[in-house]
Amino acid sequence: MEVQAAQKTYPGGTQALLPVNLAVREGEFVTLLGPSGCGKSTLLKMVAGLLQPSAGRVLLWGQTLDSTGPVNRRLGFVFQDATLMPWATVLSNVRLPLDLAGVPRAEADARVRTALAGVGLARFEHALPRELSGGMQMRVSIARGLVTEPRLLLMDEPFGALDEITRNRLDADLLALWKSRGLTVLFVTHSIHEAVFLSTRVLVMAARPGRIVADVPIAEPYPRRPEFRVSAAFSQHARKLHDILLQVSGDVDAQAPV
Amino acid sequence: MALDVPAYLVPSPWRVAQVLVADADMLFASLAVTLKITLLAFACATVLGVLIAFAFVQSRVLEAALFPYAVLLQVTPIVAIAPLIIIWVKDPTASLVICATLVALFPIIANTTLGLRSVNAGLLGYFQLQRATRWQTLLRLRIPSALPYFFGGLRISSGLALIGAVVAEFVAGTGGTGSGLAYQILQAGYQLNIPRMFAALALITLTGVLLFALMALLSRWALGSWHESEAPNE
Repeated sequence: MEVQAAQKTYPGGTQALLPVNLAVREGEFVTLLGPSGCGKSTLLKMVAGLLQPSAGRVLLWGQTLDSTGPVNRRLGFVFQDATLMPWATVLSNVRLPLDLAGVPRAEADARVRTALAGVGLARFEHALPRELSGGMQMRVSIARGLVTEPRLLLMDEPFGALDEITRNRLDADLLALWKSRGLTVLFVTHSIHEAVFLSTRVLVMAARPGRIVADVPIAEPYPRRPEFRVSAAFSQHARKLHDILLQVSGDVDAQAPV
Repeated sequence: MALDVPAYLVPSPWRVAQVLVADADMLFASLAVTLKITLLAFACATVLGVLIAFAFVQSRVLEAALFPYAVLLQVTPIVAIAPLIIIWVKDPTASLVICATLVALFPIIANTTLGLRSVNAGLLGYFQLQRATRWQTLLRLRIPSALPYFFGGLRISSGLALIGAVVAEFVAGTGGTGSGLAYQILQAGYQLNIPRMFAALALITLTGVLLFALMALLSRWALGSWHESEAPNE
């Protein structure tokens, strides 16, 4: 399975994203890392089919996204906000993508329970979103992303609004899910540490105009334990990404008109 | 002395209560008539208002074309058009219901339309990602999102339906078509039976309060578990 994003530009008045190429192989955990305004969310939305590229094309498993329907059902999404329906229970929220696809109720419920157990929320199926903490809402959102058994999971700064401790826990749980389910993940973040901890590969992006400036593999073994965060290897990777980001943003400042 | 106010100006509450009991048969029969018109009009306004709001949300063009007429309806005083409607429509009950419906309609249209549009942008994006049909989005996202606004509209309209019914009765009542509470007030006024005027007035007010409370209860029942407006203060 492969995601091929050929050249594509997205002009939003100004050029939001220069033509970029990227390919994601089956089983990879690829992170798009960059400052705000570098077009990383734009890129993700184009992969999701939510935005149309102004030039170039997006290929999922050898098909363009224009052919709607079956291709899209193999994608899972998790956003920065949990985007849950406040009136519906956890169970109905997670079941939503199955309901929309017309999956029979009994089968859907069984799959929802499996997904909820996967994120450690089996006891909360009848709770309403407002009764849950931010981290738990995010878990519900991840369960909703996984319940369709997607081949590719797209995550747009999913833990950006959470405190660091909760975020670290969810990062670890996400990795466990990724391994156990053999997922392929395309992840967007602006946190260097999160990128290093999670990814098999980090694509560093730069802003104004948005572009991919580096492709950095993080060749560290899994499972990655919390101790990995304070290891020398971790710091080296973080340092490298940090330097690239600094260098790129320096370029922009140097070019800026006085 | 304040207590010397003659009964034909302001009767004492006790006197009003006495009349309410003495003329109970007549007054409550009238109340039933007014209440029937109010409830019929309220139901019509709710159904019509929701249907119109659905249409508005499906098409911006339709909304731009028709919304001015809804506003026109709202700002035209009902007393000015009630005589026309009463002349045009033969059946007295129907004509009164139409008048009261016109008064109660606008808040339902305006609130429900606003509600159907006030959908969380993230959720709407998610529905688009899942290739939800227009119908699925309406049913599973727009309607639940609109409920708080819709119930707000119901609270306003329940009171307006009653006002519309009474005003329409006033216009029609002198023509001898009605026997609702407004008719009783007019009759009692002609006879200078001030306590009975107050008794009828009390019944109208009480009905309005009850309707409002009923709507508040309904809203709590439907939204209490999830919407901020009905959440208990913690």
